[in-house]
Amino acid sequence: MTAGTTRDDLPMIDHTTKAFDVDLRELTRMVADMGHLVEQQIADALDALANRDTELGQRAIATDPKVDALQHQIEEKAVLTIARRQPMAIDLREVIGALRIANDLERVGDLAKNIGKRVLPLSDDLHPANLMLGVERIGTLVLERIRQVLDSYTHRNLDLALAVWNGDEEIDSTCTAIFRELLTYMMEDARNISSCIDLMFCAKNIERMGDHATNIAETVYYIVEGRPIAEQRPKGDTTTFAAMVVERRPSGTSSS
Amino acid sequence: MSIAPVSLRAVAHPAEIAGPEKISIRSLNFFYGAFRALRDISLPLYAGKVTAFVGPSGCGKSTLLRVLNRMYDLYPNQRAEGEVLFDGENILSPEQDLNLLRARVGMVFQKPTPFPMSIYENIAFGVRLYERMAKPDLDGRVEESLRRAALWDEVKDKLTANGLSLSGGQQQRLCIARTVAVKPEVILFDEPCSALDPISTAKIEELMDELKEDYTLAIVTHNMQQAARVSDFTAFMYLGELVEFDTTSKMFTAPGDRRTQDYITGRFG
Repeated sequence: MTAGTTRDDLPMIDHTTKAFDVDLRELTRMVADMGHLVEQQIADALDALANRDTELGQRAIATDPKVDALQHQIEEKAVLTIARRQPMAIDLREVIGALRIANDLERVGDLAKNIGKRVLPLSDDLHPANLMLGVERIGTLVLERIRQVLDSYTHRNLDLALAVWNGDEEIDSTCTAIFRELLTYMMEDARNISSCIDLMFCAKNIERMGDHATNIAETVYYIVEGRPIAEQRPKGDTTTFAAMVVERRPSGTSSS
Repeated sequence: MSIAPVSLRAVAHPAEIAGPEKISIRSLNFFYGAFRALRDISLPLYAGKVTAFVGPSGCGKSTLLRVLNRMYDLYPNQRAEGEVLFDGENILSPEQDLNLLRARVGMVFQKPTPFPMSIYENIAFGVRLYERMAKPDLDGRVEESLRRAALWDEVKDKLTANGLSLSGGQQQRLCIARTVAVKPEVILFDEPCSALDPISTAKIEELMDELKEDYTLAIVTHNMQQAARVSDFTAFMYLGELVEFDTTSKMFTAPGDRRTQDYITGRFG
């Protein structure tokens, strides 16, 4: 069994101290478990949103303390491993990487919980089904990214990590498009405003999950390569919500 | 993913990190009789920096250290080929004055080796070999050296006591004081803390940190954490070859060579 591969793709040989290998494998397994839990939590939140299923929404909320507990366990394990083994090089990057990924996953879990909370207010409203389409689309996109990046972590797959990292632009631009779309619904009919704002928050939460997927991709790259991804991270979201409002003001009014 | 090529030759580092080369080892080979213990080693020791040599037992790191003050000259059938430039002068040349060289390149050994004489004499003895000094000046030099070695406060009231009466950690600092007393330019440490407790080890490491302001230091150690703590540059040697030489921060977080990684992470050696 190997604890991972390095960039020269030779299988990793075990430590002289076998217990060290056990510690590192355990840490990787805990992060993978946390990843699975968060993945399920996102899927629940998105399904709950799409079907306005409040029960499923509550499940996404109820998962959050479990995610937080796992993060604590990973932190403890990492701190103990550092104290006991004083890891170096690839081992050090593995431990630091586990800490960072657990941190990102915890944030993603929070965002999924926030979506779960919005299901209830949305469930009361009657609104056109196509209002949801954009948010569902970006949700599917981000869930896939999270899955991919967790795969890239489990298999130390740099190509997959880079694909996720490069895919953030698509998420950002989709999010911007959704904002514009929701804005038009709000302008069409004031009764849509409440739902649309909830959906905007959901879209923003999903978009931020995508940012965390990008962070995790960067961490995976760092674990394997020992250096940060060199290029500037792509950024598709050049239009802010506020700027869009200003753009759409009739000419002649002052912008503030 | 491309792998950055790791040069087995001396690696040029930016001047703001590295500074001038105090010692430049070039294509050094070393033989114990017919056995070639060092193979074509080239690397710099930068002035005012600590360079650590790490590697499994028998990799040649202590041998390399012993070349730097030509300690091997004391033994028959040992010879070095290549160049070791000390401020540009090849110290391997037969014309090299060995006494002068050993005054310029001090050495601290694994086991503390105080002379069986008083603490004061342990230090004064070496100084007298190189300099004629009046008693008050010599007293001053002894105090200064003991202060540099962070030992003065512990021994100032018992300078006439035998050096061997001190604890292991104090003896090692006495040896460092003795080395510093003759005002060397380079100090070589061969496993200086392997026989010491953690507090004494911390004191020696603290001392190295202070000493590097005035001296160029090289240390051989089996303790990876120690190498990571005290050194600015690290050289990893294996089977008589220099596998990798780089900044310590790079070597211990993202080494370029697989063998370096396997060794420093405890996978072999």
